[in-house]
Amino acid sequence: MSQAQSALLLVIVGRNEPLYEANLLASANNPTAAQLQQSETMTRQNYFVTHSALDLVEKAAFTTHSMYLRVVDKVNQQQVSAFLTAGHTKFMLLHGGHRHRHNEDTIRGFFQDLYELYVKVPLNPLRPYDSPIRSDNFNRRVRALANRYFA
Amino acid sequence: MNRLSAPTSISVNILDRPIGGRGSRSTSEQTVSLSMFSYLYSEIVQYHQNRVDSISELERKLEATGYGVGLRVLELLTFRTKDYTRETSLMNMLQFVSTTAWKSLFGKAADSLERSIDHADEYMIVDYAPITSTFVSVPADFGGLSVDAYISGMIGGMLDGAGFPARVTAHSVALEDVVLPPRKEKAVFLVKFAASVLERDAHLS
Repeated sequence: MSQAQSALLLVIVGRNEPLYEANLLASANNPTAAQLQQSETMTRQNYFVTHSALDLVEKAAFTTHSMYLRVVDKVNQQQVSAFLTAGHTKFMLLHGGHRHRHNEDTIRGFFQDLYELYVKVPLNPLRPYDSPIRSDNFNRRVRALANRYFA
Repeated sequence: MNRLSAPTSISVNILDRPIGGRGSRSTSEQTVSLSMFSYLYSEIVQYHQNRVDSISELERKLEATGYGVGLRVLELLTFRTKDYTRETSLMNMLQFVSTTAWKSLFGKAADSLERSIDHADEYMIVDYAPITSTFVSVPADFGGLSVDAYISGMIGGMLDGAGFPARVTAHSVALEDVVLPPRKEKAVFLVKFAASVLERDAHLS
């Protein structure tokens, strides 16, 4: 890729597998054709960057009490921020590029509100712990949250 | 919970429900009836009892039942503090389990938290009246079954979730001088940490 593009990719990673993924730049209901095309070209590299930052999160896990680990990795102009919950579920947010520069406090706020949403999901006793989140409701709320913080 | 009427136009989703926290709900809403719990728990024990071949297998089943509860409780209680921090040291984590979590689950802190004299990797959480065995009398031919295995599973789940993998077992220990508590036994939860956990903890402190 010649130059870093805007990206806002959220991945929630459990102990063994990714639980939830969302490209927060695409709107939930009717992504435009341009957005779809854009996301397709960016997707691979973005996923690679985000997942390669997982090791850095593991390394940082026991160096701080704070759940919010700030920016754990930088690739070109993109940054990966991470949030590690009490149960060691990782929230990874890839951001950066031309249009999307966000300061730490915005991302902290987003993660903290996301944590509230996330905590409620496994409280359903009929749902296996640490399994992919397929709830539409959850998806909608995460996107609404992203709109509130990053729009 | 106490919502008996059907929800109106908007369907109520778990994501809409308040998650509780400091003073946000009354105690009566946060607690469940002890008799109801005991009844349900006795059913769980009987259910598993009919599906196992040995006492130790029964204990494993109860542990597995509690394990998932522990994982969820860890995340929920940590969230409720609203300070967005994790426990990273072994002692703090054990304190969290034996006081914070215990209070939330059983309405009181565990009676004691001790370190084993013989083994550096073993800790003991002692409770004189765990609710899972208060109303259970184990027949003599059940080879020292500890029905508190459910709680040991919860402890295991909490520790494992927080990155402190440990083998937790429940034991009923006879009390020699029965004074005030009417029970003849106390429950000892033996926590044996994985070697990697102790190594990391020594490295951190």
